[in-house]
Amino acid sequence: MTDNTRDWPLYEIFIRARSGLDHKHVGSLHATDARMAIEHARDLYTRRQEGVSIWAVRSTDIVASDPAESDALFEPARDKVYRHPTFYDIPDEVKTL
Amino acid sequence: MSASKAAAARENAGAEWSAHCHFVLRLADTSLILAQRLGEWVGHAPAIEEDLGLANISLDLLGQARMLLTHAGELEGRGRGEDELAYLREESQYLNMTLVEQPNGDFGQTMTRQFLVDAWQLELYERLQQSQDARLAEIAAKAVKETRYHLRYSAGWMIRLGDGTEESHGRMQAALERLWPFTNELFAADAVDLEVAEAGIAPAPATLQLAWTERVAAVLVEATLTQPQTTPFPWFGRQGRHSEHLGHILAEMQSLHRAHPGATW
Repeated sequence: MTDNTRDWPLYEIFIRARSGLDHKHVGSLHATDARMAIEHARDLYTRRQEGVSIWAVRSTDIVASDPAESDALFEPARDKVYRHPTFYDIPDEVKTL
Repeated sequence: MSASKAAAARENAGAEWSAHCHFVLRLADTSLILAQRLGEWVGHAPAIEEDLGLANISLDLLGQARMLLTHAGELEGRGRGEDELAYLREESQYLNMTLVEQPNGDFGQTMTRQFLVDAWQLELYERLQQSQDARLAEIAAKAVKETRYHLRYSAGWMIRLGDGTEESHGRMQAALERLWPFTNELFAADAVDLEVAEAGIAPAPATLQLAWTERVAAVLVEATLTQPQTTPFPWFGRQGRHSEHLGHILAEMQSLHRAHPGATW
């Protein structure tokens, strides 16, 4: 197989497994346009009934955090345990909180 | 057996089929041969995504063919199942439309063939859902959803490549010119068609033509392609008289079963 897809834009694919659930990222694929992205996503990621809805986003349109900035972005949250709501007394009647 | 006796035997084999069985076999064979053709792309498509897309369509068509062949075997009433009908009939007993046995050519030619067939199958299956043959109506109800997707897919490629680069446009127009004459057969009626239409089993072929033409024309306009002139040249694949290509397809498709009857995995 020749790799003609090098020039095709990359799309990130999100699938909603069932009504009521969130769209989850499942992978990426190449497509020349939005219509083809949905068709390829359908053929690649829903062939075993994995989903009821597809989102496709051009990978270049996703703004991502820089792994090099992880320390600055995420470390400061580590010692802020008081942000977790663990200081409440849960009444016995509440089973599923 | 002499050649004339062999020919007579083949005639007899066909003569045992009722028009009803004959018609279902034509549908089955058209789906089966197109599935086989699309299968030739596996591992060779221009992108891995297209590889899967073509294989999916092929498998949809194969699924249709299996149901239709099984149904035809029941209508025939000689105890033949899908495998016997698919693997042990000879070229002159195959009743597919000549269009679907045409070579894949380049990707654009494959898509053009697919598009012309998809648009026809969609019109046909939509109407077959009201068939007096309840089983055929069930098969059509399943197939119509698959076919809607096939048409979305192939029409997308018609537009993308037709309205693409100078080279892709030229190739698509050439494919259309090459394949267009085979579309005559989709709408020509013979005694079998008239009988099943009379019985309410299927629509008369000509009644599909207007809707098909409109559907195809709309896509061709968007694809900036020119609809070729209709030529009167007739093809007779569904009467068992094929172009030179079917024999090669059957040789490949049937050789394993003929060498190892009943082989499964």
